[in-house]
This record gives sequence, structure tokens and C-alpha cells, in this order.
Amino acid sequence: METNLLTKYFGVENSRTLDFYLSHGGYDNAKKALKMTPEEVIDEVKKSGLRGRGGAGFPTGVKWGFLPKDNPKPRYLCVNADESEPGTFKDRYIMEDDPHLLLEGIVISCYAIKSNKAFIYIRGEYHYGYTILEKAIEEAYQKGYIGKNIFDSGFDIDIVLHRGAGAYICGEETALIESLEGKKGQPRIKPPFPAIEGVFRCPTIVNNVATIASVPWIIEHGFAEYAKFGTEKSTGTFLFSISGHVNKPGIYEVPMGMPLLQFIEEKAGGVIDGKKIKAVVPGGSSTPILTPKDCETVNLDYESIAAHGSMLGSGAIIVLAEGTCIVRSLLNLMHFYAHESCGQCSPCREGVDWMYKTVHKIEEGTATEKDLQTVLDLANNMEGKTICVFSAAAAMPARSYITKFKDEFIAHFDHKGCPYEKYNYLAD
Amino acid sequence: MLEFSNETLAKFKTTLAQYPEKEAALLPTLWLAQYEFGYLSIEAMEYVAKLLDIPPSRVYSVASFYTMYKKEPTGKYLVQICRTLSCQLRGAEQVTDIICSKLKVNLGQTTPDNNFTIMEVECLGSCGTAPMMQINDDYYENLTKSKVNQIIDSLA
Ligand SMILES: Cc1cc2nc3c(=O)[nH]c(=O)nc-3n(C[C@H](O)[C@H](O)[C@H](O)COP(=O)(O)O)c2cc1C
Ligand code: SF4
Ligand code: FES
Repeated sequence: METNLLTKYFGVENSRTLDFYLSHGGYDNAKKALKMTPEEVIDEVKKSGLRGRGGAGFPTGVKWGFLPKDNPKPRYLCVNADESEPGTFKDRYIMEDDPHLLLEGIVISCYAIKSNKAFIYIRGEYHYGYTILEKAIEEAYQKGYIGKNIFDSGFDIDIVLHRGAGAYICGEETALIESLEGKKGQPRIKPPFPAIEGVFRCPTIVNNVATIASVPWIIEHGFAEYAKFGTEKSTGTFLFSISGHVNKPGIYEVPMGMPLLQFIEEKAGGVIDGKKIKAVVPGGSSTPILTPKDCETVNLDYESIAAHGSMLGSGAIIVLAEGTCIVRSLLNLMHFYAHESCGQCSPCREGVDWMYKTVHKIEEGTATEKDLQTVLDLANNMEGKTICVFSAAAAMPARSYITKFKDEFIAHFDHKGCPYEKYNYLAD
Repeated sequence: MLEFSNETLAKFKTTLAQYPEKEAALLPTLWLAQYEFGYLSIEAMEYVAKLLDIPPSRVYSVASFYTMYKKEPTGKYLVQICRTLSCQLRGAEQVTDIICSKLKVNLGQTTPDNNFTIMEVECLGSCGTAPMMQINDDYYENLTKSKVNQIIDSLA
């Protein structure tokens, strides 16, 4: 069975041009959707079981259903292309290799939620992707696939590309909205949720690039075909990003539910130099780490990863081979979180900074077991006490690395420093 | 007095028309200013404030929040080496060491000829082609020792 629902044309010459897209039925699904009622489109997406690919895995059709029925204000779709959860790079390839797939998904999704305007919020560093999307949008406007009264349906749709400027937190949906309004990207207190009051104080849906890009296939083939992929609760395929110590890092689209080890072996070419796995981060840097024992039984679907104490998140798998220092890896991430806290809530702002400094002491060999407890206390004290879940995103790795690999931390105390070699893998 | 060229001014007007509220054009306008003036000086930010009818203090605070807006001039080539986990696992620190020792600068510094500024940055969303770096707008991926040397030599 073919499983390349999203990636069929990736890497094919000219795949990003409108002509190419049209040559294999491009925008036919948008035409089809516009002949349905918006409610029918939402229903199709709901029944497909599609869940958000941005990290939280919330059912997409259900989210769309939260929009208020009686609010006369315009509605907006914000496509989250901020892609900054470390380890994640799937959206980048969708935008670079098949930009019209995303645009068609936007057209259909906007029609479904009765919105006439979508913003694509793309992280500032994706300059190349920005230029490709800019060109694709221009082409689509010229040929009338977006704009006023498309396909003589009476439906108008504008798509605006909005470039971020370097801030991880802008991936959080309310920070994204603030940033889109020209402000600092600082998350808002929820409720109200964006569906009720989002960008420009209007009802807003925020969805990830890969979520929106999945919609055309569902319209073409129907929800039942989509739900044949994957597991009962985790339907469809997922575009996983895999990086770290594997032979073939990259993106691979597979039906959800594939065993993690099979994915690492068959798709990513196994661990480099035939080494053993020391640990795997399954869903982006914020998700709890898995031990080799966890890896033996975990499958790549929401439920199985949750049953192993972690999260599928953004589907960003990072493999750490034997010989890697877990403390250094945690230190690396704590530096990231300390750098990226937006600073609004003191438990987060001060907590991540302190966690970073303490893990630094551990790695250097100047800490004691008391410091280990400090990190755990900090993690526990900030989670759930802040405006957004960034604090949890920083607390989860800290807690899980320490509890699952405690011996490694102890080894740093005994060794008065890091027992591992620092440099390993840069090829000549 | 700093001012946009006519071409940039036209882009600014198109941008403005895309948003229901003027202030929403702040990030794109700061981008235009950075490309036009090289970096966001106080003068540049005051000019942006005037264009958008907002207090200059708002512009400074927003520009300071985002790491990609340059509040100071940098070298001709801004080299940003990704330091986050997937890149570290594949040798990012060595990339930094090679570049810094080759150019005889420390992280955060600019070479005396103003050609290179070297920085470390957080994950650039290119972890599958780690280690990697960004130079100005472009990504350089799957770095090896010889590739790093070649890239720096070609820009020196
Ligand atoms: C700190 C933080 C960072 C996030 N970064 C991203 C991101 O880069 N891209 C993304 O799509 N979602 C990100 N999210 C999730 C969004 O808040 C939101 O749930 C998502 O965009 C919704 O789209 P979906 O339902 O299609 O997944 C982040 C959330 C948090 C708390
Ligand atoms: S939890 Fe952290 S990132 Fe989130 S709003 Fe508070 S300070 Fe900002
Ligand atoms: S960790 Fe370097 S690009 Fe993601």
C-alpha cells in the first residue's frame, strides 16, 4: 500500500511549480470541496480522525467545530510554520517541495471554517522556504486558484505570508497571534482560546503546516480511506523527522503505529557505526526521553508513546547512540530553554535559568546530589504555574533525563566531571 | 535622514494593505528596514515608528525581543552555527572550533576586516542535515571539516 500521502512528489523535478502541481490533478480537491457545504468538509475531516501535527495532537475537525456560530466578525486561519521545536523539520520540506499542496489545503480549510483570509507564519530563518512560498502564492493568484471568487464559486480567499524573526516561543499559538499583530511573541492567558478570540480579536484557527497539507488527500479519497492508515485512535500517516546518530537522518512518512525500532532500522538506516541505542527522544526536545528498554516495545502512535511515559509531539525523533553523555545532552537543551523563555512568568524565566546553571555545574563536576534534587524541584515548581506550557516543555526533559539515567549524573559526581569524550562525529 | 528607496516604499505599501491593522505590519517593516539599512539603528527604528504611527519605544521593545533583528552592525557575512542537540550530536562544537580558530575570533566577535561575525544559535529546523549553519540568508548543511574550511575560504 502506498503511504506517501504528503510526500509523493517530494524531490521530483519542478515539484514546486504550479504547472507540475496541475499536471497531476492539483487544485481538483479544492474544486471538489467548494461544491460541498462547509459543514460537510468539517465532517469529513472530523471523521478521518486527523489530529494536529504541531505537537498537541488535538483532533482537527473538532477544533474547527469550536468556532462560534453567531460571531459576525471575520474569521482567520493561521498556519503555524514556525517549526522551532528542536529536532523538527517536516514542515520545511512540505513548503519547499510541494508548496501548492499547502496552499490547496489552506483553500479547503478556509472554506470549511468560513474564513476568507489565512496567514502563514513562517519562522524567520526559513528564508529559502519563504521565497518558494512567495512564488507559489503569486502563481496561484495569477491563475485564479486563490483570490476573489475562485472557480466561480463565490468564495474569496487571500493568503498572506508573514515572516517571523527568531523566537521559539512564537510557535505557541497565542504567542504566534501576538507576533502576527506586531507585538512581542508573548503567550496570552487562555481562555479565551483563539477559536473564540484570536488574531485581531477575531475567531481564529491555528493549525500546523502538516495538518493543513493532509486535508486535500482526505477530501480526494474520503475519511474512510484515510482512517485505514494508522491505528484506531492515531489515524493516517505521519511525517516523522529523525536526526542524531542514525545513518540516514531525514523525513519519512509512515502510517502511524510502526514500531520505533523498525522505523530506525528500515527508514533511517540504523544507528551509525553499528552502535547500540542509548536513548531516543521520540517527539521533539520537549518530550520525555526513552530508554533502550522502552524502545523495544514502543510504536509510533500517540497512545503507544504515551503508554511509555512520553509524547509523540511533533514527531521529531532524536537518536542518541551509546557513548553519548546524557548530562551534556540535557545541558544542551537547558541552554535552549533558558535562551527561549519569553520571560513573562517568573517561575519559568528564573526556573529555566537556574536549571541550566545547575546542570552546567553537574556536567563540570562541581555539583553534588543535592543539586540534582534542585533541578527536580525547579522542574516541579514551574510546571502548571505559568501562562503557557513552555515551562512543562522544559521541565519534562529535565525530569525524565534525571530519573531515567540517574547513574550518569552520579557518575559525573564521582568522576568530578564528564566521563565521556567530547567530540565524536564530525566527518573529515 | 534615513528613508526607504522608492522600491522598498512600494513594498511597504503592499505589505500594509495585507493587514487589517497597521501595527501588524511591524515585523515585515522591520525586515524591510534591516535589508535596506543593513541593521536596525535607533534612527531606522524611529523611521519605522513614524511609518506605522506607533511610539518608537514599541518598535525598540519588539525589535529587541526577536533575535534575528540586528541592533548593531555585523560583518559582511553573519555566520550562525546551530548549537542545539541534533547538531551537537553530529559535531557542531567542532564546527565552531574550526571556524573560530581559522578566523582567530571568539564567538560573538567580528573579524578585524569586518568580513565575518561568528555566532552560535539555537535549532534552525535543519536537524536532519546536521551539523549545519546559516550564513546571511542561506543554509549550509551536512557540514564536514573540509566543507567548513572550503566555505569559509570561499568567502574570505
Ligand atoms: C512552546 C511551544 C512551541 C510550539 N511550537 C510549535 C511550532 O513550532 N509549530 C507548530 O505547529 N506548533 C507549535 N506548538 C503548538 C501550537 O501551540 C499549536 O498547538 C499548534 O500549532 C496547533 O496546530 P495543530 O492542531 O495543527 O497541531 C508549540 C506549542 C508550544 C507550547
Ligand atoms: S511559561 Fe515561560 S514561555 Fe510561557 S508565557 Fe510564561 S515565561 Fe513565557
Ligand atoms: S539542532 Fe541544529 S538544526 Fe536543529
